[in-house]
Amino acid sequence: MSETAQTAPPTDERVKEMSSFRKSLIRPELGGICGTILVFVFFFLTARDSGMFSPAGVMNWSVVSAQFTIIAVGACLLMIAGEFDLSVGSMIGFAGMSIALLSVSFGWPVWLAITITFVLCMAIGAFNGWLVVKTGLPSFIVTLAFLFILRGLTIFAAIATTRKTIIGGVRDVAEGDWLAPIFGGKIFTGFFQWMGDHGWIETFVRGSKAGQPVVEGIPMLIVWALGLVVFGHIVLTKTRFGNWIFAAGGDAQSARYTGVPVNRVKIIMFMFTAFCACVFATAQVMEFGSAGADRGVLKEFEAIISVVIGGALLTGGYGSVIGAALGALIFGVVQQGLFFAGVESSLFRVFLGVILLLAVILNTYIRRMITGEK
Amino acid sequence: MNRIIKNLALAATVVAAPLAFTAGTAQAEGEKYILVSHAPDSDSWWNTIKNGIALAGDQMGVEVEYRNPPSGDLADMARIIQQAAASKPNGIITTLSDFDVLSGPISDAVAQGINVIIMNSGSPEQAREVGALMYVGQPEYDAGYAAGLRASGDGVGSFLCVNHYISSPSSTERCQGFADGLGVDLGNQMIDSGQDPAEIKNKVLAYLSANPGTDAILTLGPTSADPTLAALDENGLAGDIYFGTFDLGTEIVKGIKAGIINWGIDQQPFLQAYLPVIILANYDRYGVLPGNNINSGPGFVTAEGLTLVEKWAGEYR
Repeated sequence: MSETAQTAPPTDERVKEMSSFRKSLIRPELGGICGTILVFVFFFLTARDSGMFSPAGVMNWSVVSAQFTIIAVGACLLMIAGEFDLSVGSMIGFAGMSIALLSVSFGWPVWLAITITFVLCMAIGAFNGWLVVKTGLPSFIVTLAFLFILRGLTIFAAIATTRKTIIGGVRDVAEGDWLAPIFGGKIFTGFFQWMGDHGWIETFVRGSKAGQPVVEGIPMLIVWALGLVVFGHIVLTKTRFGNWIFAAGGDAQSARYTGVPVNRVKIIMFMFTAFCACVFATAQVMEFGSAGADRGVLKEFEAIISVVIGGALLTGGYGSVIGAALGALIFGVVQQGLFFAGVESSLFRVFLGVILLLAVILNTYIRRMITGEK
Repeated sequence: MNRIIKNLALAATVVAAPLAFTAGTAQAEGEKYILVSHAPDSDSWWNTIKNGIALAGDQMGVEVEYRNPPSGDLADMARIIQQAAASKPNGIITTLSDFDVLSGPISDAVAQGINVIIMNSGSPEQAREVGALMYVGQPEYDAGYAAGLRASGDGVGSFLCVNHYISSPSSTERCQGFADGLGVDLGNQMIDSGQDPAEIKNKVLAYLSANPGTDAILTLGPTSADPTLAALDENGLAGDIYFGTFDLGTEIVKGIKAGIINWGIDQQPFLQAYLPVIILANYDRYGVLPGNNINSGPGFVTAEGLTLVEKWAGEYR
């Protein structure tokens, strides 16, 4: 599984030449690519005239997909390294609340609140990783504990300091801050205004925003998502550290024998997952201007689902960041697309479950057929 | 390769068949209204809302849809409102349970030319601020305050507020209003019960045994009232302790009838769902609009005059 981590004499069969066609087929993201095409074709046929492919509609599912992507990149690298993090959702709630409490209730500058929150979250991530590595317990259990601990702490901190579970007013204190727009801002606004002026995209028809385009610009959330995908992909496929990640997840013991610092790799991956959760939370707080104690519920599973749709193995050692991003795209498009298609809301989860199951089954079959594994 | 194609085709038909069916069922003369709530799937109280818009949709011959964030995450709800606006309905009926999160998407929808009515959560002032046509609901703090005054008149001095939806500010306002009506400090008298019936029951039992001097219990809806009834049944305080609740449901009505629950505050959710559809449809067709916000509640339901309530509890009441 972790052939990329091996170094062997040139005559070895592990480094034999493969045809480039076959090489392009056995990529883990192939299933994700097929799934993406399938999902888009499907919704194009069923929900074409519902506004799903209008600028506002595209922005809607793009933002949702970008959210999934951000946490999926972290979950993907961690899963390839052979571990899970179930505390991602609670970490999102915790990070958001930490920013809001520090900036609004304590009156600290927003950039400081964000920086401290990032440090805090990555420290918790490192502690998670350290516990897993030191105790040898499954990460499933350790992070499950933190799912509860962080959620409980978030609710407690909010109630104890402000008697409320939702803390608003972040938008006001973030006014003029230099770090906040990096998470909550929008870019290319001039370009979109220009397109709106020329009537190429719809504009608001009344109120104080009349004349402005319905889609103001590209939210930084999407920029972060793309940036993290590129970063994750390069680290995983082009660097020595990426090989270490595969090796740690494929067979930790053999990796140790060949000199891979498995423990360090795993702890860093836990920290990276926490970092991604923190990016998610910061962007959300900056966009909506408030933090709630229940933000991020179930997001850990959404991240894992995206990663699995994207072709990663739950057992570790195999997967791709591009695949995880495609999985997140599929998930986001399906989730919002079901609304556009007008599916009865109580059946929503049924459809979601069915589609996810189909995607994973399809993925597995395609991989088996192409790689010839049984 | 053949097998792949076969698999793909199979997958497509499996998904498409039921989808096409559901998409086709709700149709009418043209107008389309979408109701967006903040409630998670598990909150049974919203069934009345669904029945209310369905009935209004039938009567007016308009298409209605109900949408909610499955896990109750308000940030997800903001996305649903943006999505609803992108699908170009004639009107959106939505709750406004967190002004910070939802005001942006709602005022964007208004600016796109979509008529909006705020129902249930929020306040008349907030509705005006986002540019909504009107507010239909029950001001939460006032309702809690009225209930507190009533309980105070009945000699209550301390209470337990069973909050099953602590992340919603309006739930906390109900408890705060009740405490202020009683003239006591809320302090630790509100518990975060969670949504699971067994957990709620055991938390109530634990609180009451730790605080035996508690005069009264306030629950915030069927989700917390039903398990609380079971808890009181178990520790023998049923009928002895003063028990008031927000909202109605089958078990609550039984409780009122049996004398275990002193009163239920009915905010008449049916009206909150039914009236906005009627109002929006008539506004779109004839340009007529009532001149003020509509208070759908509070009304106290006691053991007298329960027949109609009992008949329709959980469906339209």
